[in-house]
Amino acid sequence: MVDVKKKAAELLSSEAVKVIIGYTEGTGGKPRAAFIQNVADVEKLIFNSQCVMNLAVYLTKAEIKKLGKPAIVAPVNVLRAIIQLAFEVQIQESDIVVLGITPDEKLVEFQSFAAIESYLEDFKMELDAKEKETLAKISGMSLEERWAYWTEELSECFKCYACRAACPMCYCHKCAVEQNKPQWIPVAAHQLGNMEWHIMRAMHLAGRCVNCDACHNACPKGINLNFLTKLMLADAQEQLGYTGPTLKEGNLLSTYNPNDQENFIK
Amino acid sequence: MEEKNIYKPYLMRVEKITLEAPGVRTFRLKFENEEEANAFEFKAGQFGEYSVIGEGESTFCIASSPTRKGYIECTYREAGRVTSALAKCEEGDVVGFRGPYGNTFPIDEWKGKSLLFIAGGIALPPMRCVIWNALDTRENFKDVTILYGAKNVGDLVYKNELADWEARPDVKLITTVDPGGQTPDWKGEVGFVPAVLEKAAPSSENTVAIVCGPPIMIKFTLPVLEKLGFTEDTIYTTLENRMKCGFGKCGRCNCGPVYVCKDGPVFSYKQLKALPDEY
Amino acid sequence: MTIEKYLVKKTSLPVLFDKIKASGKVVKAPKKKSHTTDFADVASFSEVTDDYIVTTQSAKSVAFPRVEKLFNYVKSKDGVQITDYALNAIPEVVMWGVRPCDAAGFDPLNAIFTWDINDVIFTTKLKKTTIIGFSCQNADENCFCTSVGGNPGSTQGSDILFTKLSSGDYLAEVISEKGKAIQALAPELFEAAPSEDKEQNLAKVDVKFTKEIIKEKVDKYFESDVWKEQAQRCIGCGTCAFVCPTCACFDIQDENHGKNGHRIRTWDSCCFSQFTLHTSGHNPRPTQDRRWRQRIMHKFSYMPDRINVYGCVGCGRCSRACPVDMNIAEHLTNISKM
Ligand SMILES: Cc1cc2nc3c(=O)[nH]c(=O)nc-3n(C[C@H](O)[C@H](O)[C@H](O)COP(=O)(O)OP(=O)(O)OC[C@H]3O[C@@H](n4cnc5c(N)ncnc54)[C@H](O)[C@@H]3O)c2cc1C
Ligand code: SF4
Ligand code: SF4
Ligand code: SF4
Ligand code: SF4
Ligand code: FES
Repeated sequence: MVDVKKKAAELLSSEAVKVIIGYTEGTGGKPRAAFIQNVADVEKLIFNSQCVMNLAVYLTKAEIKKLGKPAIVAPVNVLRAIIQLAFEVQIQESDIVVLGITPDEKLVEFQSFAAIESYLEDFKMELDAKEKETLAKISGMSLEERWAYWTEELSECFKCYACRAACPMCYCHKCAVEQNKPQWIPVAAHQLGNMEWHIMRAMHLAGRCVNCDACHNACPKGINLNFLTKLMLADAQEQLGYTGPTLKEGNLLSTYNPNDQENFIK
Repeated sequence: MEEKNIYKPYLMRVEKITLEAPGVRTFRLKFENEEEANAFEFKAGQFGEYSVIGEGESTFCIASSPTRKGYIECTYREAGRVTSALAKCEEGDVVGFRGPYGNTFPIDEWKGKSLLFIAGGIALPPMRCVIWNALDTRENFKDVTILYGAKNVGDLVYKNELADWEARPDVKLITTVDPGGQTPDWKGEVGFVPAVLEKAAPSSENTVAIVCGPPIMIKFTLPVLEKLGFTEDTIYTTLENRMKCGFGKCGRCNCGPVYVCKDGPVFSYKQLKALPDEY
Repeated sequence: MTIEKYLVKKTSLPVLFDKIKASGKVVKAPKKKSHTTDFADVASFSEVTDDYIVTTQSAKSVAFPRVEKLFNYVKSKDGVQITDYALNAIPEVVMWGVRPCDAAGFDPLNAIFTWDINDVIFTTKLKKTTIIGFSCQNADENCFCTSVGGNPGSTQGSDILFTKLSSGDYLAEVISEKGKAIQALAPELFEAAPSEDKEQNLAKVDVKFTKEIIKEKVDKYFESDVWKEQAQRCIGCGTCAFVCPTCACFDIQDENHGKNGHRIRTWDSCCFSQFTLHTSGHNPRPTQDRRWRQRIMHKFSYMPDRINVYGCVGCGRCSRACPVDMNIAEHLTNISKM
């Protein structure tokens, strides 16, 4: 972390950037996002295993853009989001400085998005054993059981949209749930409304989700909505060998590869 | 306190539809229920929540005058979901209406004064109500001047009324269209409302000015009025904050300490100046 | 009525609970769910938990649920038929285990829903609700009831308030006629008042500021950079409003099922970017700092100005639930020092 702070101070004092988007200590010692604009405040930056919020969400926010060019403290989940956002032309190389941070809290500097992409080759976006176990449990259910499982899980949702707000990929100014001509998704947080909202959101994230769990961590109800996107990720890995966002291939589902399996077509 | 469901609308039959301008229609609505019709009262400036059942509610002022009983009218521009659904309604269809809500133009206080109405675009409806109210009690007021502007000739609403007012010797009507919006046979002015106002230079002596229109028009009209000698409390306007309930509960129209649906929509320029810039 | 004090033995509590259930009233109590603790229908006392500082969501749903059907309609060729809300079908509900902050939250809600025009759906529901409060023995760093006029043993808003004593038995304060009606279901369980002091059995919550100071400051600093600074990390979700016991903002929508349907009211929040958006695209509160300011101003300035009640009871729910740790007590403390 020492080298990250040093670099952050350098960037601010040389005015190479106007703000450092990082983590600082919040309530009860837990981390929260920080927007450091003065060199003196660089000391407030922290990094630890609890820093799971995906800071990339702030890169597309108008209020934060107004602060001027940012440098962003970027563990792997943030790096993946940056690559996906770059592919979707939401951010440009010249707009941000990326302060990569290794799992052992060392600074990695990147001269280009391509450099991030190659760094990420060592961090393939794969589901871990625990995630696979939960997925196997859900996939193993009969259709009725699975419907009951999701109905129960999603019945808690009250449509606060914290999951959407915390997701770096949910940057649309007007989300499909807010379209009312026609009204695609019922506004109410009842069974149908919740189910449609979550299926719609998962579909819009197919091949775009960076599996950072920001949505789940943001949810005040602790809903496992991230397993909807994980289910799709598992399929993408198994069937298409997908291992995370890249600058060239970009959106999994809008990219054609002649070698893709077609066994789902019956 | 009242014991009835305040969200339940009156059912109203669409009696007459007038196409005023492209995308702008006036509906004349009659109560389905006679008793409700007789008990219904409102004052100039008030608004209601109109609904196409199944599509939702939308806020419009009551564009007819309280002096004309038995029906209400609204004029709306097709914009989003509800207004598009309204546009598909035909004469004889049933729509919902809740109201009247909000405050009113202090028309009683204006007795003995001259009135200057300034409207832009589709903002004539909130004014039409008070204009008819004033003309139906014409003896209460001195000079009545109406300045109305729209983008182009086709966008001018209430063409029949404009002709009526034009023909009346006791009303001075000035119509204008934005430069480029005129047709070859256009006889009115050409120019933006503030400029035309400055040129017409109506007297501010014992006069109240009522201004409704898009924010940009209001912004440039107010200084001209001040130049002409109007003061903060002789200028009135209406606000259009987004609304849902219409009676101070849903929180949506809250702007500073004011709830536009309860304390407005009519505000004097003096009151407006005290509000935060959140309208 | 004056508050009557009794002793209710630890072992009597489940008996009272069963009697209330047997009386036919709907009983909602804090229940551990898979991820949260919230008020829910409970089958028996064994499902009720007392292991919570406050529930994730407030108790407000009992009178102001996240979805309320305002009326039903049927459309046909000749018009529309409306079936009004069935007020007489609203059941008697007992909210068991409500914290004092939550109970106090019904006051501001009620003030909004009765301001000049009576929202009968809300008020009838509230009238039919009995609130059985439980004082707090534990508080966390997010609690600040004492800074906004409450306290961990406040009787405000409760019909009966239980306070756990050192013996494990309870001091029962019967506060209202509704409370008396509950007592009447099992009068034998309400024994002679204990001598033990209530205060020493309550959580300690430090006073950080006063609500009057906050009002004074926010009225003075409406135009200030503090809003921008505080709102930087706010991501504009509806969480704070949805968990808040006093937030009342709502949306009205129609929902169709073929020719039938209903007009519904659903929770909304001033922190959503679309809350004030006009169809024309004009947005009177276009940035998050303005929306955050609205949240604080509404609670600490506009509500006291207009309906004589503050819109915050210091439960700290919004801080606990906020995905980006917008700690309201911390922000208010900073405002109080301006
Ligand atoms: C007091 C008042 C009087 C009005 N009078 C008229 C009038 O006479 N004629 C007219 O054409 N328009 C009037 N408006 C504006 C009109 O309410 C909106 O254009 C209309 O609500 C758009 O609804 P929609 O369903 O078509 O759009 P959608 O985009 O589908 O609207 C969704 C919801 O947004 C809200 N909304 C969106 N824009 C506005 C807005 N500008 N003002 C208020 N609420 C909004 C409404 O609650 C609406 O139900 C008035 C607004 C107010 C507040
Ligand atoms: S954060 Fe949770 S409660 Fe909120 S909308 Fe998402 S899933 Fe629903
Ligand atoms: S604003 Fe926060 S602390 Fe205050 S009552 Fe609402 S949820 Fe509780
Ligand atoms: S304006 Fe905001 S703070 Fe006030 S009740 Fe509505 S949602 Fe809550
Ligand atoms: S304060 Fe927190 S909970 Fe409230 S809108 Fe902002 S991010 Fe969401
Ligand atoms: S429109 Fe609901 S409070 Fe004004």
